[in-house]
Amino acid sequence: MILRLSTPTPAARRRRLSPARVGLYAFLATAAAFFLLPLYIMLVTSLKPLDEIRLGNIFALPQAATFESWRAAWSTVCTGVSCEGIHGGFVNSLLIALPSTAIAIALGALNGYALAFWRVRGAQLLFALLMLGAFVPLQVMIYPLVRVTAMLHVFGTLTGIVLVHVIFSMPVMTLLFRNYYAALPQELFNAARVDGGRFLRTFLHVVLPMSGPIIVVASIMQVTGVWNDYLLGLVFAGRDQLPMTVQLNNVINTTTGARLYNVNMAATILTALVPLVLYFAAGRWFVRGIATGAIKG
Amino acid sequence: MAAVTLRNLSITLGGSTIIEDLSLEVASGEFLVLLGPSGCGKSTLLNGIAGLCDVTSGAITIGGTDVTGADPADRNIGMVFQSYALYPTMTVAGNLSFGLRVRGVGRDEIAARVRRTAELLHLETLLERKPAELSGGQRQRVAIGRALVREAQVFLLDEPLSNLDAGLRAELRRELKLLHRRLGATMIHVTHDQIEAMTLATRIAVMRDGRILQQGAPEEVYARPATQFVAKFLGSPATNVLPGVAHAEGGALAVDAAGCRLDLADYSLSGPRPAHGQPVVLGVRPEHIRIGDRARFDGRVSLVERMGNAQVVWIDWRGNLVSCLSQDAREFKPDEPVHFDIDATRVSLFDAASERRL
Repeated sequence: MILRLSTPTPAARRRRLSPARVGLYAFLATAAAFFLLPLYIMLVTSLKPLDEIRLGNIFALPQAATFESWRAAWSTVCTGVSCEGIHGGFVNSLLIALPSTAIAIALGALNGYALAFWRVRGAQLLFALLMLGAFVPLQVMIYPLVRVTAMLHVFGTLTGIVLVHVIFSMPVMTLLFRNYYAALPQELFNAARVDGGRFLRTFLHVVLPMSGPIIVVASIMQVTGVWNDYLLGLVFAGRDQLPMTVQLNNVINTTTGARLYNVNMAATILTALVPLVLYFAAGRWFVRGIATGAIKG
Repeated sequence: MAAVTLRNLSITLGGSTIIEDLSLEVASGEFLVLLGPSGCGKSTLLNGIAGLCDVTSGAITIGGTDVTGADPADRNIGMVFQSYALYPTMTVAGNLSFGLRVRGVGRDEIAARVRRTAELLHLETLLERKPAELSGGQRQRVAIGRALVREAQVFLLDEPLSNLDAGLRAELRRELKLLHRRLGATMIHVTHDQIEAMTLATRIAVMRDGRILQQGAPEEVYARPATQFVAKFLGSPATNVLPGVAHAEGGALAVDAAGCRLDLADYSLSGPRPAHGQPVVLGVRPEHIRIGDRARFDGRVSLVERMGNAQVVWIDWRGNLVSCLSQDAREFKPDEPVHFDIDATRVSLFDAASERRL
C-alpha cells in the first residue's frame, strides 16, 4: 500500500486578503507612524525658521527650508556659559565612547573566554556575582565610585569616565561573550590545547578570529549605551569632557531669550545621529549575531 | 615513538566515577583500539591520556615520563577528534602549521613539514582552502594531518571515522592502517565500531562501564571472548547465545541446549571444569553454524537477510532464534525446515551467573 501524504496547497490561501491580515497591517502601520511621527516633527521643525514655527502648524512641511539652525546647533548655540555649539560635546562623546567600547570588549571577551573554556575554580560563583552586578541599579554605586575615582585621582577626567563605563559594562559584556563561546564546540578548544596553545595564544589565534558577529553586537550595544548615557557623564566626566547628551540638555535648558525650537530639534537629531547610523550600518550584523545564539540565557 | 602506561587510573567527572582503577600498557608502535558501547568511558579515558580531563588518582606515563598532571601541550601527543575540530578561520596550511607555530618551529622547517604531511595525505592542492570549503573526508584528512605534522610520540584518535559515510570510512580506515605501518607510531584509537577495531588494531581492549573486560590480539578476542558481553559486542551478526546446562558426568563435557546435547569433548576450558548441572550459556558465532541436509539439528527458517556475498539465515531452533551466516547460493524460504550442524570446536561457553568464559 502506498501512503499518500497530502498537504493543502498554499497557493489558494496566499492571494486572499483576510480581515485578520488587514487588521495586522493597520496595526503595524499605526505602530510605525507612532514611532516615526516624532522624528518627522523634529526634522521639519529643525528645517523651519522661527517665524514659521510660531504659526503652530507643527505637521506642515517647511515653506522656506533652511539648514541655519543645524549650523547654529553645531557651532554657535550656547551650552551654558560658552556659546560654541555642541560640536565639542560630539568630540567628547567620541573620545569617551571609543576607548570605553574597545576596552570593554577586550576585557569582556577575555572574561567570557576564561569562563566558557577554562574550568577555573570558583568560576560559577564569580559568574553569579557578576550577574548580580548587572541587576543592581547603578545609582547605588555612584557615590562609592565618586570616592574611588577621587582617590585614584581620575575623578572628572577622561580616564575616570572611561573607567566607570568599562566597569559598568563588564557584567553584560562578559555574559554576551561567555554565552557565545559556550556555543562553540569544546573540541575546537581541546584541539588548540593539544596543539600547544596556552591561554592567550589560543584566545588570540583560535577564539578571537571566530568572534566577529558577537564583537559587532557588543560594539553596537556598548557604543549606543555609552553615547546615550547622561548620568555617568554628568557626574564623572568633568567640565571639559562633558558628553553630547549633557550639552544637549544644557542647550535646551538655557532660558535666555526666545526658545529656539528649530535649533533644539537640530541639536537633538545631531546627538541621536551616531546610534542611528550605527544601527542602519550594522543592523544586519546585529540581527545575525543575535540569531546565531549570541544572546541567550 | 613511545610506550604509554596507565596505572590504577580513576577519573571522576561531576561526582560520578567514569573510570575506576584501570591499568593498561600500550607498547611502542602498537595500534591499540579501545572498543566499547557509548557511555563506557572510552572517550573519557582518551581525554585523560591527553590531559584534557583531570585524573582523580593513578598515574600516566608517556615514553617513560610521568605526565599525570602535565598540560596537554607538554605530553607530546597528537589528537584527532570526532568532529574534526579544525580551526574554521584558518586555511588548511594554517591548521596544519598552528601547532608548529605555537612551538616556535622555524619557518623553513614548518614549510617542509607541512609539505611532507600534505603529500602523505593527498592534501597538496587544498592547502589554501578553508575547512568550510572541504568535504567530510578531506576535513578528516586535515585533522589527521594536524596530528601527524607535529611528529608527536603518541597519536590519540577519538572516533575519527564515525562522522563519515560508509564508503569513505572504509577508505580512510585503510589509509590509517597504511599510515600506521609507514610511521610505526604508537596509536590509541577509540571506537564503538567493531569492524574498525578488528581491521585496524594490533591489540583490542574491550571496555564496559569504565573497566577493560578483555584485551588481546583481534583474532584472539574474537575467537575466545572472555565474557558474554565481549562475545556479543564483537562480530556482526552478533554471536548466538543459548541458555543451557552443563553435562559433566562421566568423561566428556557436553552441554544441553534447546533440548539437544552438544558434545564438547574438544573444548579447551579456561578454568576449572563446570559442575554437572551448572547453568551455562553457549555462544555460537553465526559462521560456525552450517546448514546441510544430513545435519544433526533441525529447525525452521524464520527470516533471511541477503547481503549479496552471503546471507544470514535466522533459524527458529525450538524456540531459540539462531542466526547462521551461509555462503550457500541456494535460496531459503520462510518456514522451510532446515538441518544444521554446530562446529563444537569453536563455540564459547560462559557461566550463566557471572557471564565469564568457562
